[in-house]
Amino acid sequence: MDFELSSAEKAFRDEVRAWLKTNAPRDDGDLETSEFIDNRRAWQKKLHEAGYVGITWPKEYGGRGGNLMEQLIFNDEMIQAHAPEPINVIGLGMGGPVVMAHGTEEQKKRYLPPLLSGDEIWCQGFSEPNAGSDLSGLQTRAEDRGDHYVVNGQKVWTTLAHVAKWCMLIARERKESNPREGLTYLVVDMESPGVEVRPLVQITGDAEFNEIFFKDVKVPKSQILGEAGEGWAVAMTTLLHERGTLGLALATRAQITASELAEHARKLGRGSDPLVRQKIAQHTIEARALQLNGYRAVTAVKRNGIPGPEGSILKLMWSELNQRMTETAMDIAGPASQVGAGAGWKHQFLRSRANTIEAGTSEVLRNILAERVLGLPRSR
Amino acid sequence: MDFAFSEEQEMLRRSAREFLAKECSPKVVRRLMESADAYDAGLWKKLADLGWTSLGIPEQYGGVGTFLDLIVVLEEAGRTLLPGPFFSTMGLAVPVIIEAGTEAQKKEALSAIASGSARATLAFTEPSGRWDASGVGLSAKQKAGGWQLDGVKLFVPDAEAADYTVVVARSRGEGEEGVTLFLVKGRPKGMTVKPLETLDMTRRWSEVRFDAVQLNADAVMGGPDKGWPALKRALEWATAALCAEMVGGVQKVLETSTEYAKTRQQFGKPIGIYQAVSHKLADMLVLSESGRSATYYAAWAVEADAPDRSLASSMAKAYVSDAYRKVAGDGIQVHGGIGFTWEHDMHLYFKRAKSSEVTLGDATYHRELVAQALDL
Repeated sequence: MDFELSSAEKAFRDEVRAWLKTNAPRDDGDLETSEFIDNRRAWQKKLHEAGYVGITWPKEYGGRGGNLMEQLIFNDEMIQAHAPEPINVIGLGMGGPVVMAHGTEEQKKRYLPPLLSGDEIWCQGFSEPNAGSDLSGLQTRAEDRGDHYVVNGQKVWTTLAHVAKWCMLIARERKESNPREGLTYLVVDMESPGVEVRPLVQITGDAEFNEIFFKDVKVPKSQILGEAGEGWAVAMTTLLHERGTLGLALATRAQITASELAEHARKLGRGSDPLVRQKIAQHTIEARALQLNGYRAVTAVKRNGIPGPEGSILKLMWSELNQRMTETAMDIAGPASQVGAGAGWKHQFLRSRANTIEAGTSEVLRNILAERVLGLPRSR
Repeated sequence: MDFAFSEEQEMLRRSAREFLAKECSPKVVRRLMESADAYDAGLWKKLADLGWTSLGIPEQYGGVGTFLDLIVVLEEAGRTLLPGPFFSTMGLAVPVIIEAGTEAQKKEALSAIASGSARATLAFTEPSGRWDASGVGLSAKQKAGGWQLDGVKLFVPDAEAADYTVVVARSRGEGEEGVTLFLVKGRPKGMTVKPLETLDMTRRWSEVRFDAVQLNADAVMGGPDKGWPALKRALEWATAALCAEMVGGVQKVLETSTEYAKTRQQFGKPIGIYQAVSHKLADMLVLSESGRSATYYAAWAVEADAPDRSLASSMAKAYVSDAYRKVAGDGIQVHGGIGFTWEHDMHLYFKRAKSSEVTLGDATYHRELVAQALDL
């Protein structure tokens, strides 16, 4: 057991810190404007040119060829510097890892470099109006037409769909008695004829995500990821990465939120209230426990290669903790918490309601922990 | 960064688990908890022969292994509710002797403990039950080249079996100023130990009374009046050690309850199929894993003398105190009526959770320390 950074790791941290200090733009608010997208895209390009995107990805696909520890250090420094995320969050967190795990050599060469540079943005077409937690109930069809598929159906809650080049789509190729069989995982060109994207306005008033309609969309078979009809396994890899890798970034984020909450209480002169002290201390402790769980998960990934189902613990803890933290922030400010525009606690308070729904509801995650970690019988 | 135990430590864990399964079965635990002092000399000798009583003690005093090795063994001890003075000796007294003892005291007491011939405890709390310096009131007065102790220590763990008692006394002033530590050997005249009827029968608490107890000057640990800083550091070691024991108990309750949920049938199905039960177990898993992470980090921070060692141990104790109580309570719930019987072991964990919760400061106390560290 050792938590000290090696001298090489310290040097990397210092290098990243200095680079971010000079180069990181201030995060700008309105995510619906095209300017926002352009800025984020330019930011990713800059990061990529400096060698900070895809840190653990192989050099031949445009990555840095570095190790997990460097990725971790980089994530921490990004958050400490309040630097904005690169545009391609879905691609970096899920698209790339899943292409590396299941893609052919040709696919890796085609998809990974522009994903890293931010030239091609990715989105994830999993959920449907009638297939949320029960993903295997999805109805989008992929009809085999020899050298290509024809896709018809609808996906929903799709972040970045309005600017994406590629969509990770899971669709039904044939009906099987086990609904997890007969699914095919496709990488769909969002510029294809028949793809229509409509924004969805959420409770914050923003439109972070969209609906996608597919009408007779042609997808060449070269864009199958994994084996035809075996899409479920590919989808599960995607979700493991979603909850594991992103979970770790969320753990660091929770630490930042907790420290902002302490600052919020100090500013409002509520720091001497014993109840406020207890609550903020508890949030801080949980944020730290979450981060330490993440570190233990990293040690496990180093040994086993892929994130285990334990990654679900990170996502579950973070989402519920984040809700409690934003509630405390609102409580501390009293009626003033409900007034005012833009980012800030009011926005975070509303946005956090999605945390326990997106990327696996808390109910689904508890099922995963119960069944896959504890070995309890399946409830369905 | 490497957040896992070494292969040697995992071997130590396996052998400790095997040993305790054989030598500290629930039957043994129950025999000891109904005995006068929960101390079994034969079992102690076996622990000493395995080298457990030397873990974390510096080599020059007969010790082997590191504090993290001790953490591994304590976790296993907590898993089986090992009764007797192992925690009070290795987790409470030894850290104070290492941090505050004079060379002569270390040579004598640590060597005796490492060889398995002595047991020890820490007499800190008084009727107020406080774990901060302001809770220290037992009077120490300089007298004829030595010292006189007057007052009462309460809730002292496994005091009956202790050959050495570390006594925290007030020599002058208040708060952190004027705290003096004494290493008391045996039972000098005027020192009486009265066992208390305690909730947790696997860990005995006593009242230890000092009526004009006369001590030689060489009983003082470190220097007079200046005991607090060393004691505070020792309490950080002790806190990490206690958390390790608690984490072992949490894990055992989780495993027992999970097994029960897989086999117990109601409405024609194992109860673990119902989400009201399985989600409770999933939450217990989250508490168990998080408590483990916080504890292992605290143990590392204390051993590495990291700048956040104090904060890390407070965070671990706050988290694990709540977690153990919640998990043990839910463990009873998952078991239903059988979990509420004397015959089933679940209540032993529930009681250990409660006694560990208030030892070395409860969650509320440690959260306040965290709030102070946050400059709130």
